[in-house]
Amino acid sequence: MSSVEFRKDLFADERDDNLQEIGKPTRRQDILGHVTGRSPYYDDHLFDGLLHMRCVRSPHHHARIRSIDTSQAERMPGVVRVVLARDVPNNLNTLLSLINFGKDEEKLIQDTKVAYVGEPVAAIIAETEGQARDACAAVRVDYEVLPHVLDPEASLKPDAPVVNEIYPNNTFDYHDLYDHQKLRFGDVEKGFSEADHIVEGEYQMSPIEQAPIETCGAIAAPETNDRFVCYTSTQALFFSLGTTAKLLNMASSRLHFVGGTVGGGFGGKVDSIVEPLSVLGAVLTGRPVKFMWDRAEEMQVGAPRGAERWRIKDGVARDGRILARTFTGFFDAGAYTRLSSYAIIKCTGHIPGPYSIPNVASNVYCVFTNRTPATAMRGFGITGVDFAIECHMDKVAETVGLNPIELRILNAYRDGDMKPHRRLAKNTALIECCQVASQKSGWAISADAARQSSLTGGGGSRADIPESITDSVGRIGERRRTDIPTEPGMGAASRGRVAAGTQGIPIVAAAPQDEDMITDPARMGFRHAPVAPSQPGATPSSPVPPSAAPSAAPVPPQQNAPAPQPAPPQQPAAPQPPQATPDPAPAPYKPEQPFSRGVKRPGVSRFLSGSRRR
Amino acid sequence: MAIHKGRGFACINYPIGMNLGGDPSQALVHSTPDGKFMVSLSSIDLGQGMKSVTRQIAAETLGVPVSDVYVDTADSDTGPHCMGSFASRGTHRVGNAVIRAATEARKALLEAAAEELEVNATDLETDGQGNIQVKGAPGRTITVADTAIAAQFKQGRTLSGRGIFLIPPSDVDPDTGEMTPVSCFAHAALVVDLEVDDETGEVSVTEINSAYEVGRALNPRLVEQQLIGGAWMGVSHALYETTEPYYPDRSHGPVDFNTYLMPGPGEVVNHNIAVLERPAEDAPFGGKGPGEMCANPVLPAIANAVYNAVGVRCDTLPITPEKVLRGILANGGARPQGAR
Amino acid sequence: MTKKPVQFQLNGSPVAVFSDEGQNLLDLLRRGVGDLSPKYGCGQGTCGSCTVIIDGEPRLSCLTLAETVEGQHVETTNGLANGPDLHALQEAFMENFAAQCGYCTPGMLMAAKALLDRTPRPSRAEIVEAISGNICRCTGYEPIIDAILAASGQPTRRTG
Repeated sequence: MSSVEFRKDLFADERDDNLQEIGKPTRRQDILGHVTGRSPYYDDHLFDGLLHMRCVRSPHHHARIRSIDTSQAERMPGVVRVVLARDVPNNLNTLLSLINFGKDEEKLIQDTKVAYVGEPVAAIIAETEGQARDACAAVRVDYEVLPHVLDPEASLKPDAPVVNEIYPNNTFDYHDLYDHQKLRFGDVEKGFSEADHIVEGEYQMSPIEQAPIETCGAIAAPETNDRFVCYTSTQALFFSLGTTAKLLNMASSRLHFVGGTVGGGFGGKVDSIVEPLSVLGAVLTGRPVKFMWDRAEEMQVGAPRGAERWRIKDGVARDGRILARTFTGFFDAGAYTRLSSYAIIKCTGHIPGPYSIPNVASNVYCVFTNRTPATAMRGFGITGVDFAIECHMDKVAETVGLNPIELRILNAYRDGDMKPHRRLAKNTALIECCQVASQKSGWAISADAARQSSLTGGGGSRADIPESITDSVGRIGERRRTDIPTEPGMGAASRGRVAAGTQGIPIVAAAPQDEDMITDPARMGFRHAPVAPSQPGATPSSPVPPSAAPSAAPVPPQQNAPAPQPAPPQQPAAPQPPQATPDPAPAPYKPEQPFSRGVKRPGVSRFLSGSRRR
Repeated sequence: MAIHKGRGFACINYPIGMNLGGDPSQALVHSTPDGKFMVSLSSIDLGQGMKSVTRQIAAETLGVPVSDVYVDTADSDTGPHCMGSFASRGTHRVGNAVIRAATEARKALLEAAAEELEVNATDLETDGQGNIQVKGAPGRTITVADTAIAAQFKQGRTLSGRGIFLIPPSDVDPDTGEMTPVSCFAHAALVVDLEVDDETGEVSVTEINSAYEVGRALNPRLVEQQLIGGAWMGVSHALYETTEPYYPDRSHGPVDFNTYLMPGPGEVVNHNIAVLERPAEDAPFGGKGPGEMCANPVLPAIANAVYNAVGVRCDTLPITPEKVLRGILANGGARPQGAR
Repeated sequence: MTKKPVQFQLNGSPVAVFSDEGQNLLDLLRRGVGDLSPKYGCGQGTCGSCTVIIDGEPRLSCLTLAETVEGQHVETTNGLANGPDLHALQEAFMENFAAQCGYCTPGMLMAAKALLDRTPRPSRAEIVEAISGNICRCTGYEPIIDAILAASGQPTRRTG
């Protein structure tokens, strides 16, 4: 059986815990609907005359479409409409075009070439789902099977088949410049040369299905005002609306999307495929159309968390400090980009994980292969590389003979440290998490490790940006011409340098458009006004008072802000009563009283209620 | 043939929000005639509790009881724009938008009350129970309900607010990777205990001891839901789940829940959780959004524990009995790495 | 397409509808009768979200031919509450935060009710057995097991 404790003693001076509603175990607003079976998921909207859509899907990894013969399917019982690529008004899109990232490359329905097993080449709309299935089976497609590639590294080879014509090098184009995303911080070669040990490893994530219990789907129907309503399981209402408007070349004002109550998503309901298809069906038939994936489609056609392959190389000092780390990553995007390109950006900003390493470099590739396109999943862009990093940390610990938890604490990032993407770390808490996990599991760590704190010891020289070695290897197309290696630092001919201390301006949230929207941080439960996270030149870890002797008891974190006298660790005991108002008079407000009582008051509209008028 | 115990550790941080910004979310808050508040959004509740946590954020910001606030989402005709529920952006981006909208509505509320009480709005405070009172003069109060009635039917004011939260879009340097990626980091560390059967290669996780740092637990029970369910998913990812068991080969791909494996209610793992809260300055009430990160540390911790148990480094997921057995065979037998 | 008349008791009330040839009970309940509480998750009998109770036994409505419930008593989550009074299982699921997305919940409730009707104070192992045909992707099952323990008046990890 599980247990949960709230360690209110940690970081207590940074929080005001006496809030009215925040921090309370309030019941979910939606729970009554859930337990009565009345929560309205998209499929819980009933329509008379509902039609059902199913897709004809490619049986091949890679094939040219010579012809599609739907004549037999059209004559099948219950078939109302056969939908082909030519019925899609603007049949090319990429999901992230809505934030202007990447090139349009994927068709809603294919007509020239299929690039993965399951790619749709036609859709059938029929009176029943069974009739639509039968008619799909009757569509004859003449394919010319093409060579295919399934391994991402094989896909980078000069002779690999081209998966996606928009990206003929089988890689996403980053910044119109490189076939991968680079990260360069310091000089990894120098770091390796100073290291006592080199630790290398390769890690492979498998594709994983989000597997929500509700499969992806949407119901679209004509509304009475020349618009179309779409009830959808989407995770991103306006993403799906915008994508639909674009593919159908339709004013977005004619689309009315309703959702918000979804039977699990985990990233699998962002891709906005069922919405444009169902709306297209409603446009073409003038009737309500449902397009719902069955479980098999959800498993094999619905985009999974993509496979990732990672190679990590560490240069480690004898004492366990990591001096240099390089990453080579291959995100297997499948046949189209969907969200893989963006996952790599997020991942690159995360590298090298929660550690302060003075020299870091990475090359991460978004590679096209002939498999189901990959998309988002819980832990977007991070889960795979974290698996690699943390398995690798264990190998490093074994190599240097250090307790794995102590190795993490030794290398942990702290407040004020510079991260390789050239922004300062703030609000860090890795060390405290390691210490608490050690306490809870009884896996002892050294007294020194138990004394460390995220609040101290960072910044100073650790806030500096070193001179960094760059290179221009991997320009778009170069790899496919010459088969150059994939690791960072290879192909030293084009080395360049970025001077130390070069840092752009951090971007903060857009200011509230109106001063009426500005909140006092104290009302938000922040104990002290947000402090500048970095104190370059801050005292490196001040010696720890001997009173904080290591023990099984939690180690109070060292505060670098003037803290109140160390309050005795407040275990999750009774929360303090809200800031008591001095007035004990009973509050006049009785929320259960009906609204109609208001009409008794002078000056109030007579139109409030029919129950009582003066 | 024997059962070997193993123990593994992993720790992670997790960047909250969509990476490069450019992902706005909006919120609208308005009062009903009698001082209840509706929050209109286009954000999606996937089960993570979006409707519930934004409701608490709105109530806290307005200074009214949570029972007087309801969240209505997601109808594109009535809800303002939201980028969507993914990348752990919901709590952070939508929560901040709700704070701004509720703050503006609160301002209108206090101004209306000030007119009724004939004081300055800056002298007023809410008690969180549905009353507005003059600071230091607790006798002089008016209910939120009466204030709303007066505002609507006497003063001709709306008690409403608009909010948008946007991290402006930014670029990535192609050569160095310099970027402004995220708003804040959540953290986690955990220890996994498990057993490996060296005859079958089967791995059974017996206990997890974890520490999750979530900024602030906006609703401790919702956080608990995420952490318990997320760790379950982590175990599932580590040991069972794949759509392509022989990746990159595409054969044997599961098409149903008989072949796509997940642990069931009989494989629930004892999970002892400690929640740490270090509020992030730009996050709503400091909350960082625990939903996405909670599975991540489980995967490597299990891999590390399997190595500790039998000396097999399973660097390819999922860690199936087949892979463990092949590893044991290649090593000429199980090689326990010692108790931890 | 031929249609067949089917008469059965749904949550204690008589229902008379026509079923399509080969129609499953899930589809009949949802589209034919308008009881939307059983959910489609797989249509293959592997997820349990369509679970209903037929003559006291938990059944997968997606694998039940609609015409076979002729004359039988069918229970769904829609009829679990007694008017405005929630069933103890519903109260316990709310109290124990035993749902996140809520999609598996109606099926879980039916599996649990069939158990409690038969075994008013089930052991933890019996509860696990009873819901082992129902997949939940969100909760990790533990809150659901707790809720069923609580509904049967037994201590949970919180209360005991």
